[in-house]
Amino acid sequence: MAKVLVVTSGKGGVGKTTSTAALGAALAQGGQSVVVVDFDVGLRNLDLVMGAERRVVFDLINVVQGVAKLSQALIRDKRLENLWLLPASQTRDKDALTDEGVGRIIAELSTRFDWILCDSPAGIERGATLAMRYADEAVIVTNPEVSSVRDSDRIIGMLDSKTVKAEKGERVKKHVLITRYDPARAARGEMLTIDDILEILATPLLGIIPESQDVLKASNVGSPVTLNNADSAPARAYIDAARRLMGDDIAMVVPVERKRFMDRLLGRRAA
Amino acid sequence: MDVRADPTRQLVRLRGRSYVAFVFSPVVPIVEWLSEIDTTLARSPGYFVGKPIVLDLASVDLSASAISHLVGSLDERGIRVLGIEGVDESRLAANMPPLLTGGRACVITRNEPAHRAEEPKEEPKPKPTSLLLDSPVRSGQSIVFTEGDVTVLGSVGSGAEIVAGGSIHIYGTLRGRAMAGVNGNSAARIYCQKIEAELLAIDGYYQTAEEIDPSLRNRPAQAWLQGDTMKITPLN
Repeated sequence: MAKVLVVTSGKGGVGKTTSTAALGAALAQGGQSVVVVDFDVGLRNLDLVMGAERRVVFDLINVVQGVAKLSQALIRDKRLENLWLLPASQTRDKDALTDEGVGRIIAELSTRFDWILCDSPAGIERGATLAMRYADEAVIVTNPEVSSVRDSDRIIGMLDSKTVKAEKGERVKKHVLITRYDPARAARGEMLTIDDILEILATPLLGIIPESQDVLKASNVGSPVTLNNADSAPARAYIDAARRLMGDDIAMVVPVERKRFMDRLLGRRAA
Repeated sequence: MDVRADPTRQLVRLRGRSYVAFVFSPVVPIVEWLSEIDTTLARSPGYFVGKPIVLDLASVDLSASAISHLVGSLDERGIRVLGIEGVDESRLAANMPPLLTGGRACVITRNEPAHRAEEPKEEPKPKPTSLLLDSPVRSGQSIVFTEGDVTVLGSVGSGAEIVAGGSIHIYGTLRGRAMAGVNGNSAARIYCQKIEAELLAIDGYYQTAEEIDPSLRNRPAQAWLQGDTMKITPLN
């Protein structure tokens, strides 16, 4: 039976799509069969980050409306054979999603995959509520700033009340993933600390992804960062997070500022 | 000449008197309309006892037998029909209430004895006077409990609110809004383990985050009313 995992945040631009792609690829690299589903109907991005934008024929809405079969819409990753993408439609909007349609697709995907990663759109409206609707677990992507943390708090409240699991009196297992963590700014006290965030959200931590140019570079070439440069700091953090999702006990590493030799020599501070 | 003399000649004296009657205006389907009457009767049995009832059939088209059946159905419920209006006289059989005309609408004033209305009330279950929440209250959630105190085992997030008729106890950080004593209870208080509130209110008197003394921040505190001013003091 597949695990349905929603990657959500409330706030936009915090790294949901990047994290979905990176975690999906990392789980697939760990031998799991994975499908990443783009719920951002009308503003799809996951296909770009996965580098599959030129192979999209059918999409989620086509399958919801019965125009295409699921097998016609699924796109297999070129690099990992057990990683698949179900793209969103760019020409429609979230109203084209229905509760029953999404339920049917999740049920059908459950028979084929170990993991179903749902990339939620920003906001708390239809797209976001349907992305989380059938989730067993949730990754709440949060930046170390107050607006992002408050929106995450709101989303956690919705995960506890608006999901099928919550309505059955069960709980969605929730994890906080802190992204765009800048050790230099943290050291100067310009960001919320990890402790602050965890105290406010009262939810276990899945990982801390450092702010890095590697993330942007990977997105630009259409590759999940864990595939593009597996040795980079963000990739290692995502791989650790994916292993924690699989149940491994991995020690948490808080990224620290690393001054380069020349900077240290010249007394420069990293920007 | 007529020899028979009436011993006393009774004079038939006719007097006019007006009464306020309840007017029933049945609508189709009659069965559902009757069940509405039943609901009213279930709530207050004897509500129509001794009341003059007039049946206004203007909005329905019923045959003579249907009218007869309707009058009979009301009779079974202890409702006796005084007269019928809004129907052609030919539809009314001899044994039916007479046709009435010329009614004027008026306001019904209820002057039932007060005790009668109270009698059928069952002893109500005592409602809980406190609410316990054992998980954090998240941003966007609104907890409203006007019957008494609210206790939260956890934090109240920024953008969340607690509204209580009584006091509010928060075993965690209060980052959202807390409104106590909303029913006019000026003795209600707000307690929290860490105060970072956006707004505190007791019985309508409130303070926003800007007005709260910054030296209290992050400390255990309580808020209460002293006359017309809200006081916030540390608890340790």
